[in-house]
Amino acid sequence: MAMLTLIPQFAIGFADLVAAFLFMYGLQRMSSPATAPSGILVAGIGMAAAILASFLYLCDVSAEARPHLPVNVGLALVALVVGGGLAWWSGKKVAMTAMPQMVALYNGMGGGAAGAIAAVELYGDKAQGNTQLVVTLLGGLIGAVSLSGSVIAWAKLDGVFNKPLRVSGQQIVNALALLATLGVGGAIVFAATGKVSPIALPDLITLFFGLALIFGILMTLPIGGADMPVVISIYNAFTGLAVGLEGFVLQNPALMIAGMVVGAAGLLLTLLMAKAMNRSVMNVLFTNFGDAPKHKQGVLQGTLKPVEAGDAGIFMRYAKEVIIVPGYGLAAAQGQQKLYEFVKLLKAAGVVVKFAIHPVAGRMPGQMDVLLAEAGVPYDLIFQLEDINDEFANADVALVIGANDVVNPAARTDKSSTIFGMPILNADKAKKVYVVKRGEGKGYAGIVNALFYDDNCFMVYGDAAAVMTQMIEAVRGLAARSAA
Amino acid sequence: MNFAISMSGFVALYVFMLAAFAGWVIISHVPAILHTPLMSGSNFVHGIVVVGGIFALLNATTVLEQAIGFLAVLLGAGNVAGGYAVTRRMLAMFQTSSKVPHAHAKAHHPKQG
Repeated sequence: MAMLTLIPQFAIGFADLVAAFLFMYGLQRMSSPATAPSGILVAGIGMAAAILASFLYLCDVSAEARPHLPVNVGLALVALVVGGGLAWWSGKKVAMTAMPQMVALYNGMGGGAAGAIAAVELYGDKAQGNTQLVVTLLGGLIGAVSLSGSVIAWAKLDGVFNKPLRVSGQQIVNALALLATLGVGGAIVFAATGKVSPIALPDLITLFFGLALIFGILMTLPIGGADMPVVISIYNAFTGLAVGLEGFVLQNPALMIAGMVVGAAGLLLTLLMAKAMNRSVMNVLFTNFGDAPKHKQGVLQGTLKPVEAGDAGIFMRYAKEVIIVPGYGLAAAQGQQKLYEFVKLLKAAGVVVKFAIHPVAGRMPGQMDVLLAEAGVPYDLIFQLEDINDEFANADVALVIGANDVVNPAARTDKSSTIFGMPILNADKAKKVYVVKRGEGKGYAGIVNALFYDDNCFMVYGDAAAVMTQMIEAVRGLAARSAA
Repeated sequence: MNFAISMSGFVALYVFMLAAFAGWVIISHVPAILHTPLMSGSNFVHGIVVVGGIFALLNATTVLEQAIGFLAVLLGAGNVAGGYAVTRRMLAMFQTSSKVPHAHAKAHHPKQG
């Protein structure tokens, strides 16, 4: 009998230890695009080992649970196959442009799982002592908020509804919802420790999770689409934290370590994103973007100067260096493939071509890099803001496609602008700037871009994919003529 | 001999502190170009919560506990499988310029030899 519990205990402990190590080693291998694919494979092996070993828990269940074991094992297998199968299928199918909402959804699932574990522990009255009880509640709260918040983030990113929903006094309502949740949590601790409670314990637990889910929804509804990179990062950190806390409750160090590592990762990305927008995390969460009082914009000098796509393409063909600034508008027009085709033509003609990526280009951190990689752009052509910003001054052309606010010089000079202080790409420092744009609209922040009126800036109007096709044809036509 | 893990108070806090610190250091070395796969990859890592879900479900004694435990494993498994699938897909797309002609050379090699 002793061996019957000792061997599984050892096997689970060992498998979890290996898993925790492989997770960290795998993430460490993500420090370069060359080693990163092996990194996720290594982490995957760790995960498989931990999941397989977890079925050894059936050797060591409590006496009351033993009669239910056949049913429970069956349920676990069905849940693994159905949940895993559906997510695997969706993950294989999802378009790269839809990646932010998919990641938000998977993240919400993790938070929901942590919340559900907390619920099982609470309903079953399994917590040993007040510390465990409080930690269970805390993990459950954070997990539930992450679940409902991520679902709202998914719905917003997926376009189910994209208008931020705001009512007056919303912050007070949100604060009350959080206080109510914490209050019910406190009542659960009192009731569980044998104090007389007017509401039965199971009802309190249901109320607790209901309020936590509602708070997650209320907290996410007012946040606008442009702030989603920050929101996704925060919920990633939340889920990690919830998993870590439930790991403590279950006395499982693998969950504790994995959860905290992810929590730290999410926090780091959150701060990076907020910094790239020159806003604090608190500002993103609790104030509504675009609500700042409208200021009078300084009178812009100069005019908008439209040019033909073909002429711009040929000019770049004879340039020495071209830096491309892609924005989400490029992806929205599905123009990445055409753009890279054009880049290959330029490179074949001896032009040095580089891509400059702003940290908030896209709907989640690094999404523009993935979209370019999908189109086949080699990653050694892709540069981040701090690495390339000084190079614009030497470039003959800066080609801005589907980006707007991230190249607006007002962020540098205009103290009254809503984007003042935000780090921007110095596209205006290039000798010549071409801006590919659908029409004369404003950027996401609703500000007119001073760059477009500069003497060295020319506008190429049209759909990004169509414009790129015209540029390709112009450069090809040139080559055909010179060959004839 | 006893392999049961028991962690109370400060030991748990030490584990949390070291893990958070290690996570911060490891993640800060990841270049911005990989931030999306990093996020989906770390997302995958917290899918380990499914192990806790399996533990909870195997120890469930009431229908309510079974139902919530089932939900925990279902969601956790989705987190694991989805996170892994999208991270693999994205990382497979990152190529260098030098790798492209290299792959061609490899493809032609058998013909020459």
